[in-house]
Amino acid sequence: MIYSSYEEKKSEKTLWFRREKQPKEKIKNKKLQIPEGIWVRCKGCKEIIYKKEIERNYDLCPKCDYHFYINAKKRLSLLYDEGKYTAFDENMLATDPLKFRDRKKYKDRLKEYASITGLKDAILSTEGAIANKQVVICAMEFKFMGGSMASVVGEKIVRAIEKCIAGNIPFITVSCSGGARMQEGIFSLMQMAKTSGAIGKLNEAGIPFISILTDPTTGGVSASFAMLGDIIFSEPRALIGFAGERVIEQTIGQQLPPGFQRAEFLLEHGMIDMIVDRRKMRDTLITLLNFFDKSPQNTPLPQNQK
Amino acid sequence: MATLDFEKQFIELDVAIREMQNLAYEWGDNVRQEYRRLKKKRTKMFNDTYNKLTPWQRTQLARHPDRPYTLDYISQIFSDFIELHGDRKFADDAAIIGGLAKLNGRGVMLIGHQKGRGTKENISRNFGMANPEGFRKALRLMKLAERFHKPVITFIDTPGAYPGIGAEERGQAEAIARNIYEMMVLRVPIISIIVGEGGSGGALALGVSDRLLILEHSIYSVISPEACAAILWKDHTKAPEVAGALRLTAQDLSKHKIVDEIVKEPIGGAHRNFDMIAHKMRRAIVRHLQKISLIPIEKLLSQRYQRYRDYGEYQEPTD
Repeated sequence: MIYSSYEEKKSEKTLWFRREKQPKEKIKNKKLQIPEGIWVRCKGCKEIIYKKEIERNYDLCPKCDYHFYINAKKRLSLLYDEGKYTAFDENMLATDPLKFRDRKKYKDRLKEYASITGLKDAILSTEGAIANKQVVICAMEFKFMGGSMASVVGEKIVRAIEKCIAGNIPFITVSCSGGARMQEGIFSLMQMAKTSGAIGKLNEAGIPFISILTDPTTGGVSASFAMLGDIIFSEPRALIGFAGERVIEQTIGQQLPPGFQRAEFLLEHGMIDMIVDRRKMRDTLITLLNFFDKSPQNTPLPQNQK
Repeated sequence: MATLDFEKQFIELDVAIREMQNLAYEWGDNVRQEYRRLKKKRTKMFNDTYNKLTPWQRTQLARHPDRPYTLDYISQIFSDFIELHGDRKFADDAAIIGGLAKLNGRGVMLIGHQKGRGTKENISRNFGMANPEGFRKALRLMKLAERFHKPVITFIDTPGAYPGIGAEERGQAEAIARNIYEMMVLRVPIISIIVGEGGSGGALALGVSDRLLILEHSIYSVISPEACAAILWKDHTKAPEVAGALRLTAQDLSKHKIVDEIVKEPIGGAHRNFDMIAHKMRRAIVRHLQKISLIPIEKLLSQRYQRYRDYGEYQEPTD
């Protein structure tokens, strides 16, 4: 409005020495024409950083160590020996038990996310070795419907646990999830009991379970297997909690303090064992696996030896 | 009695009928006839409405302020109830109650969400939304029951676990996870009854059981219709529609084999005939308890595990 009235005024008495200015928008467009994906603004320190530099650095900000999101595949390759692992239960597909439809059909959403992530659901079950010790790792993929847990995720976790029990293999999860998936309704809720029950079987068999929490781990995932680890650790600054920030703010009618529900907050309140930098994650796992190792060198002294 | 929006039509009719009632003695036969006609119409309308409730209407009934709550059922069905308090760690959460009682002369452990009547009690009971200490109290009582071989009966009626700052500080997620985990392996029979709202994780934290019963107009869902509408439709007014999409009614849950039995309510909802619903619930509890008490505990535990192990629908094409 202001601009147009200025234009009108100008046309009423155009001054001979005033050159017609180019509209400002064109200059704006020029600025936007910088190819995307080369520079990234760090969410931690707000610096603009060359993307390749981040990628070379475990997807951490080189200035402030802010942990950028990485996908499940990349995560796994950082943990396993030489980045090598085999995936299993890869073909499992979600059905649509409720015939759910919001603004889009659930089935269409599933297809859409499958094409974005190259996965069939929000989790990858894998086996491989870490420092030559066999492990099973289930890594959740946040880009697949917010890493939400429904029938397939639950079933894959339970099968991975069954594999661990059968082969006496340590079990590791990397959680990255908003919680239970609404589109499968009550079935999603039941996965919380299903996975927690399986963790019970794992404990009974005396097999260690290491739960790694990454940004974010909330809702039905944090309120089930993710919080049941023998060892629980998290990446720095990861959002971990039960209720979402907005829900809490609406309920209590005030803004939340900074750092609320972040990994550091959970550590302070005794909810997790430690916070581990992404660069140290593999080393930490090696140390832990060494501790839990069941080989003869690591067993306690025989009872009869006095 | 509080009135839901779809019940307003009866109120208008009731007023008309009551006015007629006074007139009937003054004005002879034709008014009397009209009175009978109205009364018939009212009964028909009432029955028609309650026989064809929409999922949203059931949701409203499940949250009805006059609906019987856990303590109402406990006082009607059980004897010698002694309420026990506190989690021995932090506080006593009034949103969850529990204690010892007798059913047909046998000791049982009762645990349940408790909503409040009226604003004042609702504030102290936090509208039935438990904090971690509530779940930890429940777990303490379950462990107590386990040590003395008493079956556990839980009543579920909560909008959900409380989303507050203190709740997060004290580990709401861990408290829920721990309860689910422990209930899976608790070495006594567990029966759960959804008497009102079964709100997500807060409900499941008392709801892992050998037998799950539900009242006819109760609901059980992964998320409230309002919250789901706000997230997926970006419009919380779509809640009535979403209630249908979530399949949260007792009938849907029974179809999906989540619940074992639907306890039929008197027409118009449990609050319209409390004696009747309490009587029916008592009979259902006794029947199920008798059955599962006969199952050896190891077998019961493996059945319980298998029940939850089997939940979920997926396909696995081989290539």
